[in-house]
Amino acid sequence: MEDILEVKDLAMRFDKKTVFKNVNFKLKKGSMTALLGPNGTGKTTLINILMKLLVPSNGSFKFSADVSLGYVPQFRNIDAEYPLSIEAFVGLNAPVIKTDKTKRAIKRQLEETHLLGIKDTRMGEASGGQKQRAYLAQALLDNPDMIILDEATASLDPTAKEELMGLIKHLNQKHKITVLFVTHDVPLAKKYMKDYLYLNHGTIQQGKMDEFKGDYE
Amino acid sequence: MFAYGFMRNAFLASTFIAITCGAVGVYVVARNFSFLAHTLSEIGFAGAAFAVWLGIAPLWGMLIFTLLGSISVGELSMHSDQKESAISAISALFIGLGVLFLAISGANSNYATNILFGSIIGVDKQGVIHLVVLSIIVLLLIFAIQRPLNFDSFDHIGALAHGVKSGLVGVIFLIALAMSVSIGAQIVGSLLVFILLTLPPATACYIGRTIPTMIAWSVFFALIGVWAGLYLGFITNLPVTFFIAVIEVAIYLITYFVHVVRHNL
Ligand SMILES: Nc1ncnc2c1ncn2[C@@H]1O[C@H](COP(=O)(O)OP(=O)(O)OP(=O)(O)O)[C@@H](O)[C@H]1O
Ligand SMILES: [Mg+2]
Repeated sequence: MEDILEVKDLAMRFDKKTVFKNVNFKLKKGSMTALLGPNGTGKTTLINILMKLLVPSNGSFKFSADVSLGYVPQFRNIDAEYPLSIEAFVGLNAPVIKTDKTKRAIKRQLEETHLLGIKDTRMGEASGGQKQRAYLAQALLDNPDMIILDEATASLDPTAKEELMGLIKHLNQKHKITVLFVTHDVPLAKKYMKDYLYLNHGTIQQGKMDEFKGDYE
Repeated sequence: MFAYGFMRNAFLASTFIAITCGAVGVYVVARNFSFLAHTLSEIGFAGAAFAVWLGIAPLWGMLIFTLLGSISVGELSMHSDQKESAISAISALFIGLGVLFLAISGANSNYATNILFGSIIGVDKQGVIHLVVLSIIVLLLIFAIQRPLNFDSFDHIGALAHGVKSGLVGVIFLIALAMSVSIGAQIVGSLLVFILLTLPPATACYIGRTIPTMIAWSVFFALIGVWAGLYLGFITNLPVTFFIAVIEVAIYLITYFVHVVRHNL
């Protein structure tokens, strides 16, 4: 399988504080990778660099040509009073004038993420699991080849976790979407992910998920 | 009441004002800019006073001041941790300036009252044309940046994650907001123009679940307020702004109440 991403000598420093350095790894097309690491080791920072939202202090990275990325960030500000329906929220990532084609695309993603039945529910009133699936649906509207999720299961109960992970697995197997999944949940990662990237002590290690033995716990 | 030329002018002007403020207001509420809208009203007052002192139409002074004010307040609040205090400081400065300009221009207190509280007889034919043209410019601006504006206003983090040019959209919106404040103030006055920019859209948030329906409801409530306000002002000879404020607050409270009751049943 060919590579979808190659990262070379990446380093990130905020003022005088080095978050990580000498970060080198490659991801294969169609892979399912967990990005693990304790709080504050720079997982979100690394992803923000990959999404071009931050400029690294050193090093470079390259996605394969014509790759389209979907990104579900770690935090969102959706409060209980948030007015838009799930369908309208997902559709924020689509042209304002909705042609039949866009409407179909939105409907397909709602179906894919099991949200079609509650598409008129307000986002503010949706459960944590429903919200996460709506964020995913919104990112899927771009038809990405690779999707990056930052702690998407962090606040979910076991059932909602399994549902979301099942969905991600389906996206990977059925639609060949490459997955990079940031999490603290090692058992969950062992169950669903094939490879790992472990960010700790200022740098990164890569390997097979089955063989993961981080000095985490 | 349409037998009077000034009423026809006022009616036409407030219709456009309601449409513009109702639509722009949806984004004011979504972006949590209510406090900023309030401050811009005060900056607008200073601008109008400045125009009086210069001897030009208040509208132009307001436009200049609110445009400068919205960009600087917007910049400040983006970079400052003490957003609200920074805005308070700016608004204090501008109210002070407004009072100063009025005093040194020697305008009578009637004029000051009109600027602060609005006036229906203040808009002549020429004024109406200016208001309509400016309203259309604001609506076109909003329309031109609709997709990124919607995304950025209703899901700022998601918009950033999808590469929306949030900064540029923010600046264009601040320009549209400054213009809306200036035109809205011509009828309802600078002290109360924030009502039209916040209450109808806040009410609409309880009803609409999509951006187009929210805009439609917001414009509808704004129109009800200004039309009924003009009519009641005309027959009672009491200030139009008073009626607009009372009507918008009543609609808001009723909707809020219904919303709360529905959710606790
Ligand atoms: N803009 C910034 N300026 C200065 N320091 C920052 C900035 N962003 C992140 N940091 C620091 O960089 C480090 C890594 O933060 P990051 O959010 O990437 O960690 P993380 O691994 O995602 O943590 P978590 O598991 O809590 O989400 C932290 O120590 C943080 O304080
Ligand atoms: Mg993080």
